[in-house]
Amino acid sequence: MINISNLHKNFGKVVVLRGIDLEIKKGGIFAILGPNGSGKTTLIKSILGMVIPDSGKIAVNNHSVLKEWSYRDNINYLPQIADFPNNLSVKELIKMIKNLRGKTASDSELIEILGLKPFLDKKLGNLSGGTRQKVNLVLCFMFDSELLILDEPTTGLDPVSLIQLKKIIRQEKKIGKTIIITTHIMSFVEEMADEIVFLLDGNIYFKGTIEQLQIKTEQKNLEHAIANILTLENA
Amino acid sequence: MKNILTALIFCLINANAYTQVIKVCPDCKINSIAQALKIAKNGYKILIEKGLYSERNIIIDKSIQLIGAGNPVIDGDNKGEIITIKADNVSISGFTIKNVGTSYTEDNAAIKVVKGNFFTISNNTLENVFFGITIEKSKHGIIENNNISSTATQEYNSGNGIHLWHCDDIKVKNNQLHGLRDGIYFEFVTNSSISGNISKNNVRYGLHFMFSNDNEYFENTFVNNGAGVAVMFSKNINMHHNKFIKNWGSSSYGLLLKEIYDAEITDNLFEQNTIGIHAEGSTRINYKKNNFINNGWAIKISGACYTNKFTKNNFVSNAFDVSYNSKLNDNVFDNNYWSEYAGYDLDKNGIGDVPFRPVKLFSYIANKTPETIVLLRSLFIDIINFSEKVSPVFTPDNLLDNNPLMQEIK
Amino acid sequence: MLKILKYSSFDLMRSRWSYVYFLFYLLLGFVLLFLNNNVSKAVITLMNIIIVIVPLIGTIFGVMYYYNSREFTILLLAQPLKRSTIFLGQYIGLSISLSISLLLGLGIPFIFYGIFESAAIWDFSSLLITGVFLTFIFVALSINIALSNENRIKGFGFAILMWLFLAVIYDGIFLISLMIFNDYPLDKFSLIATMTNPIDLSRILILLKLDISALLGYTGAVFQKFFGTGLGVIISFSVLILWVLIPAWLIVVKSGRKDF
Repeated sequence: MINISNLHKNFGKVVVLRGIDLEIKKGGIFAILGPNGSGKTTLIKSILGMVIPDSGKIAVNNHSVLKEWSYRDNINYLPQIADFPNNLSVKELIKMIKNLRGKTASDSELIEILGLKPFLDKKLGNLSGGTRQKVNLVLCFMFDSELLILDEPTTGLDPVSLIQLKKIIRQEKKIGKTIIITTHIMSFVEEMADEIVFLLDGNIYFKGTIEQLQIKTEQKNLEHAIANILTLENA
Repeated sequence: MKNILTALIFCLINANAYTQVIKVCPDCKINSIAQALKIAKNGYKILIEKGLYSERNIIIDKSIQLIGAGNPVIDGDNKGEIITIKADNVSISGFTIKNVGTSYTEDNAAIKVVKGNFFTISNNTLENVFFGITIEKSKHGIIENNNISSTATQEYNSGNGIHLWHCDDIKVKNNQLHGLRDGIYFEFVTNSSISGNISKNNVRYGLHFMFSNDNEYFENTFVNNGAGVAVMFSKNINMHHNKFIKNWGSSSYGLLLKEIYDAEITDNLFEQNTIGIHAEGSTRINYKKNNFINNGWAIKISGACYTNKFTKNNFVSNAFDVSYNSKLNDNVFDNNYWSEYAGYDLDKNGIGDVPFRPVKLFSYIANKTPETIVLLRSLFIDIINFSEKVSPVFTPDNLLDNNPLMQEIK
Repeated sequence: MLKILKYSSFDLMRSRWSYVYFLFYLLLGFVLLFLNNNVSKAVITLMNIIIVIVPLIGTIFGVMYYYNSREFTILLLAQPLKRSTIFLGQYIGLSISLSISLLLGLGIPFIFYGIFESAAIWDFSSLLITGVFLTFIFVALSINIALSNENRIKGFGFAILMWLFLAVIYDGIFLISLMIFNDYPLDKFSLIATMTNPIDLSRILILLKLDISALLGYTGAVFQKFFGTGLGVIISFSVLILWVLIPAWLIVVKSGRKDF
């Protein structure tokens, strides 16, 4: 599905990605983990074409994506911060994105599931953080695309919605979608992820299943396993 | 008593009987003006009927009346002068005179008067002339209702419409002049008046006036002349109710005053001229009730101009109202209306409560460096104008209108 | 691109600021006409305001809009859209909605006062056209500045500085250099210096319309030839168009290289 080779990116003097090689196969849930500033979001945004790499290659379905834009038709993206134009209402925003994509969308089901109906006519500027994240989720999941990229999907969600979110993600997985998630919530990863990749200082420190990580770090618990990596690294 | 009256009537009839009339027409026995002049005596009347007379160098040395009936045409065929008058009491009227010969050595005219007094030249149409009407060393004449035109494009090979030199008591009235070098030209002319004339589209000046004292000109219109109107080296001139319009160009002005003393300039209109009035070395002049509208500079003062008075004038929408090239000021501005004035009138007496300063710093700068004109109306210029207004450094600090009017004078 | 254009202008039309801008011009138009009581005179006063205020508002709105719509932009960037489409769409959308505020705001009072019957209609129209040009130019310039500066305050500062430079400081330097090099032929220099500042260029274009061309002719043959003929107007307008196209092209280039 996605092939990344020798990806480099600096922001000024700060080196963010130092030659990432990564292959993500089609189907399943793929978690990108790492401490703050390890390059998770930069990696995701590189795939999306929002960050332009200094060097290296990125291919989605064996086509290079650099300077391309039409491949994004097959990607749904959930940004980390759910901020939208304040003057639009929820309904208008959804309508607009649908209009821009021109794809069939299952927005009404999602609105139902997430309980957004009472907010449809409200201006986005007047919504709470959690509600905005729900809108964000609708925008992301309403299209039928092969690849889903979720940046911190759990931010600001109440437990009920979180359960709904997990349900939605599982459903997508079931129909053969490839889902990339970044998160700091380890329980979420443990519960959902098929494979993880651990980024550290712009390099891939580990890639494999959760079991493999547990074996490698000799820790039963994922949270401890991660903590172990970080303390080893700092020691 | 009765006898005297009878005698008087008899005398009048008798006198009339002695006024001989010579008739000229293309098919008559006398078919040229020259021929008629030959047989005419003082006091004769020559009546020229409709037709084309191809004649030139006609010399009138007797006191006769030359009258055109039905607009006869005299064609000079572009060779030399057409009519020269060398006697007193001559009148010419009702002709179309055309095609005067251009010369670089002689000032050929359609009609020239030399040392002829009490002449009248009226109701003629002069076309394609070199000089139109030239009067030399003559007195007591009237030039009236003539239409003089030519196709001048260059100063050096064109002549003036009405050209007066060393004359006294001449009235130039209701003539139309266009396409000439100078519409009207006065040199060493005294006690004369120019009124009701329309002078436009001339190559150089609409009116050119030099060394001519004690004259008056009024109700004339000067439009779109190369350099406007020039009045120079003269005293006691009275100019009123004239219009100076659209004299646009790099060195043109509505009115140029150079070395003028004791003049009255009242009730004139200066509209859309590059410079409304350009005064150079002119002293004791009263400018009153004139309208300056949409000029580049309304008044430009350069050189020594002393004790001039500007009162009750309207200055409306000029790029610059007054321009000085020095810091000295000996002139008075009072009671004018300035459209730029932004003061207030709290006591409602029609006079602004703060003085108006008509000279802007930018007009001073533009005088020194003309290219700076491209910065006209830019914010920076407004700012420096304002600062100069607050504390004058480069412009005369006593140049103020202390009683600016709030309303335009109608 | 039309879709983006539509949405960003739609978004802006609803923002309070568009109304503020519109009402500002409406008020300005009425006040000017009330004070001058004469359409032609009001047009001249209006010119002084337009060449200062329109660039300032374009600058402020350009920067403000860019920073405020960052999230929206990011949302769009994740959609299957070309970057140039997104940025040009937003740029044109903003410029159009500002232009509409300007046209309506000034147009309504002048129509009330009978601009259509007045001889000043052409002066007024050229004033509005120049105003629209200035809007497009300064929005583009300020978006460029915002694209180059992540820090809002810095971006805002630079944008205001740019406006201050082009509206005031530039002319100051221009004037001083003209006065210093007084002894040299300056007409070509002046023409070029005028062309390289969109505010000066617009001012000259309006002045030409307001019939001060002959006054400009006062300064010499080159000016006379340039301003006295149609040539000046054609060149000025072409340069003004370049002033829109070049910054717009820079937006495309800059946004194409930027990371979000």
